[in-house]
Formats: sequence, structure tokens, C-alpha cells
Amino acid sequence: MESTNIIEGRNVVKCFKEVAAVVGINFTVKSGEFFGLLGPNGAGKTSVIRIIYGFSPLTAGHMHVFGININTGWRAIRYRLGVCQQENTLDPDLTVEQNLILYARYFDMKKTHARNRAEELLDFFALTNKRKSKVMELSGGLARRLQLARALMSEPELLILDEPTTGLDPQSRHQVWERLLELKKRGMTMLLTTHYMDEAENLCDRILIMDHGRIIAEGAPRELITDYAAESVIEIEGPGNELRNFVKSKDIRHDDLDDRIIIYTEAHGVLEEEIREKFCMESCLFRAGNLEDVFLRLTGRELRE
Amino acid sequence: MKRAKFSAISFRFRHVWIRNLTTYRRIWKINFLVPLLEPGFYIVAFGLGFAGLIGKVDYAGLSLEYTRFMAPALVATACMWNSFFETTYTSFVRMYYQKTFHGMLATPISVEEIIVGEIVWAASKATAAVTLMLAVLIPIGYANFPDALLCIPLAFLGGLAFGSIGMFFTGIIPTIDMFNLPTFLFITPMFLFSGTFFPIRGIPEWAGVISLIFPLYHMVELTRFFSLGAMESDPIFNLAYLMAFTVVFACLALFSMKRRLIQ
Ligand SMILES: Nc1ncnc2c1ncn2[C@@H]1O[C@H](COP(=O)(O)OP(=O)(O)OP(=O)(O)O)[C@@H](O)[C@H]1O
Ligand SMILES: [Mg+2]
Repeated sequence: MESTNIIEGRNVVKCFKEVAAVVGINFTVKSGEFFGLLGPNGAGKTSVIRIIYGFSPLTAGHMHVFGININTGWRAIRYRLGVCQQENTLDPDLTVEQNLILYARYFDMKKTHARNRAEELLDFFALTNKRKSKVMELSGGLARRLQLARALMSEPELLILDEPTTGLDPQSRHQVWERLLELKKRGMTMLLTTHYMDEAENLCDRILIMDHGRIIAEGAPRELITDYAAESVIEIEGPGNELRNFVKSKDIRHDDLDDRIIIYTEAHGVLEEEIREKFCMESCLFRAGNLEDVFLRLTGRELRE
Repeated sequence: MKRAKFSAISFRFRHVWIRNLTTYRRIWKINFLVPLLEPGFYIVAFGLGFAGLIGKVDYAGLSLEYTRFMAPALVATACMWNSFFETTYTSFVRMYYQKTFHGMLATPISVEEIIVGEIVWAASKATAAVTLMLAVLIPIGYANFPDALLCIPLAFLGGLAFGSIGMFFTGIIPTIDMFNLPTFLFITPMFLFSGTFFPIRGIPEWAGVISLIFPLYHMVELTRFFSLGAMESDPIFNLAYLMAFTVVFACLALFSMKRRLIQ
């Protein structure tokens, strides 16, 4: 069943009064896949996610989840998915444990089952000591972990994560990554949005980059890096005209940022060697190409409004 | 998906009700003091203050002491305040600041069920308050036993009516401080002009007609009927009006809230 489509969006359009948030995108997420949705602020990621879990009605197009049409079968779909929303939607008046157990109730889960499940998840996310704490008293990172745990209460087949690690310290972030990879091993399908490119690169099998409501690139992280950046990157501070001309004449992929030049080359290639010998007197940085290069090359380096 | 649908309402609204009960349980001991003490305050204050000014009140052929005339109306107004505040300020906080509804909308619960759950919860809270008030009013002889117990199911109906009005305003109000407006323009006049503190027979006819529109008037008439055994209108008409009012405002609440929540 490796090739079943868990999510299938066709010409998905979402308009708010004046804003067109999503402008006709097509994509599929396959069973067992860890799928990443990337894009600058306001690209339309959350809008797509809200369509998938049947919160926002489509302006046009089709959305099928588990092969069910979201317009008609939203309830059946929601029984089978877990959502960790971008905003904190935890119940601040309740304790950590109560948050989990009450949430399970919304899925018609039996009380004893919910208790056992809450126990497991408190342990899984290292929240056991905080079980009796009020959510209002939790730090931002702990609240985030609780919201993630809550999304898993219903034992979903599909887990939707809208910036799950925003605000987490490095320890918690790594712990969450480990947990997510463990869930993936158990066969869960996951859709993740994040602004941490290393996170997407480490976790995702396939990535879709959006900007202004459109898809601008799609592929496995490694593919995207070779297609839009390079395996190997050289950053040179204060480039001279000689270097600039060299890069242009050889038609090498590069970004010229005035006080810095970024050159994308093949690893251990002839060009890399030549640049190293000719132009690397002092401040030269050699590193592997990464998803952040891809992201910045595709979506530009300017700040978004 | 954007318009409210009755087909999206199932018994799942009970989950919303339970959620509210769970959060309320932590504060109910304090909240229960209000309905227990409120009738006492009013009766003592009005009894002391008005007794000398007003002799007897003529109502439905009875000649009543002022506090006896007023006490049943307190039951009705308590029902109104309890349910109206629950679906305005409290629901607004849940919706806007705590994003509780948003969280629920990622689960198999529909917007319609959330709205119904909120209104039914408000009505339940009003019913509990009225029950406690009766526990004070009946022993001190201000409400007939056992007929006055009918005020309990009536409070549930009234709670649905006032809860629906509140929910409708929650669906259209831009910010929480603007609830002052419907409260001042609608709830306060209703509180004063529904035959609560004086019989509407005594006021000019045009004002009496306006009173007839107010659901609280019909509720007050019924609480008096159940508590004193006398009334100036027809209980069937009062009940029918309250029910019709509830249905209309429950629909308005569903439509306004769905439009607000679903984007
Ligand atoms: N409820 C709404 N009403 C009007 N416009 C909206 C609404 N929600 C989103 N938008 C607009 O739609 C566009 C896409 O927003 P969306 O939240 O999907 O972006 P995003 O990719 O999730 O961004 P971020 O990374 O900041 O979370 C933005 O221009 C936003 O202003
Ligand atoms: Mg977002």
C-alpha cells in the first residue's frame, strides 16, 4: 500500500476577502511519507493545512484526505487525523492531564482508554512530572510539547504539524525530532511546516516550497539542494572584481550580496579547487549546500511584509 | 461548509458541555454563593427600604407585600443574567482569547455542536442558579411548594432563550468591551421593564406593548404564576412566546457564530 494517497489536493484555491492565500496548487502526500511544507511568512502554509483538516472551506478545487472528500466527509476524516495547530489552543484553565483526557473525549474515546493513552503520551513527551500543573503555568516550550501530545491522543493515521517546534530550546527540539522519527517508523504519515530548514532537511522525505500561495519547488531535500543550490558552497567575504569576473565568465551559479559572494559548486570539483587556489587568501568558507540555500535562492533574501 | 447546517448537529455537543463543566467545577463553590445570597439581599433591602413607601401591590387580584411581588421576578432575572453573561463574556474569552473552539474544530466536533453546547451549558448554569434560589425562597415562604419547582424546567427554557441572544451577540461583536452596548440597550431595559419591579399594568400602554416583546416579561409572568399561583397573562402564550423566541435566536446565533468562526 506504499503508494496510496493520504492527501490529494487538486487546484486548491483559498481566498479571503481581498487576499488570495492559496492560488491553485496541486499536491499529494503518500502513505507513510514525512512531507514538509515550507515557505516564507504569509506564503499560505497554514491556509493549506486548515483546508486539509476541514476548518476552512475551499474557494475552489478539490481536497481528498484518505480518499474522502473533505466537503462531505470532514467528520470521518477528522476522526483519523491529529492536528497540532500553529496557535496555542490548549485549555489554560485545565491541568496538563485534563487537557489530554478531555481532548480524547471529543473523539468519543472511552475514559479508561483515554487515561492509558494520556499516560503513554505524558511519558513519551517527558511531561509526567507536570501532569498536575495548570497549562497557564507551563513555559512556552512545554506547552508546545503538550499540544503535540494532545494531537496524538486519538491515535491518528495522519499527523499535521504547523510549526511544532517554534519556541523550543535545542534540547526539546531534538527530543521532538526523535519522537517524530519514531512515529514515522510506526508507519504514521506526517505533514510538517517549519521555518527551521535543518529540521525539514533532517525529517522530511519530500518537501514542497510555497510562496505567494503558489508551489515554487517540490522534491526530496537532497534533490532540491542539487537542483537549486549545490552540494558544495563557498562563501567569500569582500569579493574583488577579479573574482566576480571569473565567476561570470565561467557561468558558475552564484549569489552576489555586495560584501559577500556565495558560489555553488560541485563537491571536490575542478572549479572548487581553482577558486580555492586563486581567490581564497583570507576569509573563505567551504561548507556543504543545504536547504536554507535553496529556500533563500527561491524566495529571495528580502524581508516579507 | 460556510452556512450553518442543522444536519451538522448531533449529540456530540455534550462533549462541549462536559468541557465547560470540568473548568467550572474548580470555581463553583464561590459561584454558588451568589444565587444563595442574592434573594436575601434584595428582599432585605427592598423590604426595609420600600416597605414604608409602597403599601401593597395589586397583582392579578391579589394584594401583595412588595417583596412578595418582587421575589419571583428575581428568579427570572437571575436566569437571564446567568445565561446571558455565560454566552457573551465567557464564550467570547473561550472563542477569542483561549482559542478553545478553534482547538475543538480539529476534532470530529462541528461548529454547530460547539454553539449548541455553549447555549445548553449556559441554560444548565442558569437552571442550577435558579434551583439554589428556590432552595432559599421556598423555605421562607416566598414561593409556593411544590408548584414553584416548575421554575426549574422553566429556567432551562429561559436559559436557552437568553443564552441564544448572548451567543448571537458574540457572533457579531468585534471586541469584548463592546458587549456593554447590547447589555445597556437591550438587557438593562428588559431587566427594568418586564414587570419585574412594578406591574406593567401601571405603565403607559405603549410601554406595556414593548414589554410584551421582551422574553423576560414572559418568564417573569410564569415564575409568578408558579410561585404565587396567580398571573395576568396566559401561561400557554408565555411558554409559546419563549419557545419561539429561543428557536429564532438559536438560529441567528448559529448563523452569526459560524460566519465568524469559519474563515
Ligand atoms: N482569516 C484570514 N483572513 C484574512 N486573511 C487571512 C486569514 N488567514 C490568513 N490570511 C492571509 O492569507 C495569507 C496566507 O496566510 P497563512 O497563514 O496561510 O500563511 P503561512 O504560510 O502560514 O505564514 P506563517 O509562516 O507566518 O505562519 C496571508 O497573506 C494572510 O494575511
Ligand atoms: Mg502559518
